[in-house]
Amino acid sequence: MMSTLAVPALSLAGSSDNFWADAGSKLGGALIAIVVFLAVVGLLMFFADRAPKKGRDFIQLALFVAPALVLLATGLIWPAIQTMWQSVTDREGTFVGLDNFQVVFTDPTMLTVLRNTVIWVLIVPVASTAIGLAYAVFIDRSKGEKVLKSLVFMPMAISMVGASIIWGFMYTYRAEGFDQIGFLNQVLVWLGGTPHQFLNVPPWNTFFLILVFVWIQTGFAMVVLSAAIKGVPTELHEAASLDGASGWQRFWSVTVPWIRGALVVVLTTITIATLKVFDIVRTMTGGQFETSVIANEMYSRAFRLGQPAIGAALAVVLFIMVIPIIVYNVRTLRQHREVR
Amino acid sequence: MSTPTPPRTEVDADLGGIAAAEEPKAKRVKQRLTSRGATAAAIVIAILWTIPTFGLAISSFRPEREVKTTGWWTIFENWGWTLDNYNTILFESGASSASLGSYFVNSFVITIPTTIFVLALALMAAYAFAWIPFKGASWLFVMVFALQIVPLQMALIPLLKIFNYDWIDISGTFAAVWVAHTIFGLPLAIFLLHNFISEIPRDVMEAAKVDGSSHTQTFTRIVLPLSVPAIASLAIFQFLWVWNDLLVALVFSGGTVKTAPLTQRLAEFAGDRGSDWQLLTAAAFVSIIVPLIVFFSLQRYFVRGLLAGSTKG
Repeated sequence: MMSTLAVPALSLAGSSDNFWADAGSKLGGALIAIVVFLAVVGLLMFFADRAPKKGRDFIQLALFVAPALVLLATGLIWPAIQTMWQSVTDREGTFVGLDNFQVVFTDPTMLTVLRNTVIWVLIVPVASTAIGLAYAVFIDRSKGEKVLKSLVFMPMAISMVGASIIWGFMYTYRAEGFDQIGFLNQVLVWLGGTPHQFLNVPPWNTFFLILVFVWIQTGFAMVVLSAAIKGVPTELHEAASLDGASGWQRFWSVTVPWIRGALVVVLTTITIATLKVFDIVRTMTGGQFETSVIANEMYSRAFRLGQPAIGAALAVVLFIMVIPIIVYNVRTLRQHREVR
Repeated sequence: MSTPTPPRTEVDADLGGIAAAEEPKAKRVKQRLTSRGATAAAIVIAILWTIPTFGLAISSFRPEREVKTTGWWTIFENWGWTLDNYNTILFESGASSASLGSYFVNSFVITIPTTIFVLALALMAAYAFAWIPFKGASWLFVMVFALQIVPLQMALIPLLKIFNYDWIDISGTFAAVWVAHTIFGLPLAIFLLHNFISEIPRDVMEAAKVDGSSHTQTFTRIVLPLSVPAIASLAIFQFLWVWNDLLVALVFSGGTVKTAPLTQRLAEFAGDRGSDWQLLTAAAFVSIIVPLIVFFSLQRYFVRGLLAGSTKG
């Protein structure tokens, strides 16, 4: 299915002896790294305390913030600037203006990629939030709320690669007439239909990939919204009941306005996660059958197909799509800090 | 599992959600918003959400022939259990595939140091932002905050180039993966810990200053002990995030059995041997068992961290 992934190198860890020796040396290496790291940090702190009085404050400040800031500057900010530059240059590094972006916005394959990303972003946040909210309301104050919560929340803890295999198995296809081993195709057969190749037939296969991400993100939405719902004062509900409001009316006129802030947080957080979605597409289809999205296409172009400039342009497109959310979040943060 | 008692009336009422102590569960009037129908709907959703993982777990213990010809829901008609699949993937290394055991070790070797590096560096930076007054502190903090939303994709190619410089030359080693994960984990970690640390009462910090404590002393004797709950939440998050990552591993680990984590091997496995479901299900189960153990044993901290982290809006 995914011919682009290289077959791993032959293993040398054949016998079990080798395995334990190998594991021991790797874990030992990790331990040494941790010890060295902590020793360096401790030593620096020790000396900062004994710095000459003049300028001690500055030395201590530098010690506390500099490591993190240097790492962020070299590992995120500088690379981001370079990526922006790379997106307007060609292979040799000469400036080509917006040529790469022209490819991104005109090439038919790329248009499919952009279309898919838009579909993902339109569906996942709304679907996850809606199901998560409904579920949170349904189980609120019910018996067994804790257990019911962990069942839906559990997919949040596992990797998207793991989730992709779980769902790949759900979608498995056997030709008509054979026993199905994929649960969803079995359901189709039970309902009197014919088995379907869920992941191979565009455009619907994109929706089946989306379903996997909704499965993961619903738990997140549910937990955050459930906490918000529990903050709604009971008096408000009582007052609304006295006024003769039905459960449905109370939900829309009391609960939803009260948890508006939490809803916005959940929607924006899931939107960002959706824009960056990579693992699911990579593992389930590798971007084939017209299922690729920006993050996957960026990886393929930059690291598999040797087109780093196109990859950079795609990364910049992704960045531009996130900017409105960054601006919104920074403004909210500023307001919060002013209030304090 | 503990109830994630909402620390605040409104989730985003306070950015320092981690800090909030758990209130005693308020006595709630038994006035449910919902009906029997709602409970039924909830149970249906819960079952739908559980079926996929359940089917995977069952199948991973079934013999190859059964897995390939019959559905796991027919387990009672096609009875049979085995541990062969686990034996095969964990310990047998064939011509084209190393045993999963080595990748399992790699995942730990990647995850544990990264978690410690991120926590240590973020704690120090968060303390400075909260309690060492300096020019431009506020501006810098907002900048760090904004960075957590910048897509990783923006940094991958150039960072890989930096790792390839002659005088650094760490690409394809654990060090490269550690550094990359540490950098990508810092913005969120600094943000969350700052929210927590800045809520330590001013009196406590002033008292330390009056006693003549230096910043280092205040940090190690007051801030660290008080921050344990926040550190716990964040450690779980960082652990799960790194354990479950695929993209950073693909780009920086080099992809061989020497350094690649479970997720990477699993993704390849799904591509190469996509029809060997008896092996794939077992392999997937091996990769999700650690996060599941962490999740179910420390769910309280996980939820708390999530609530604090999601208030970044």
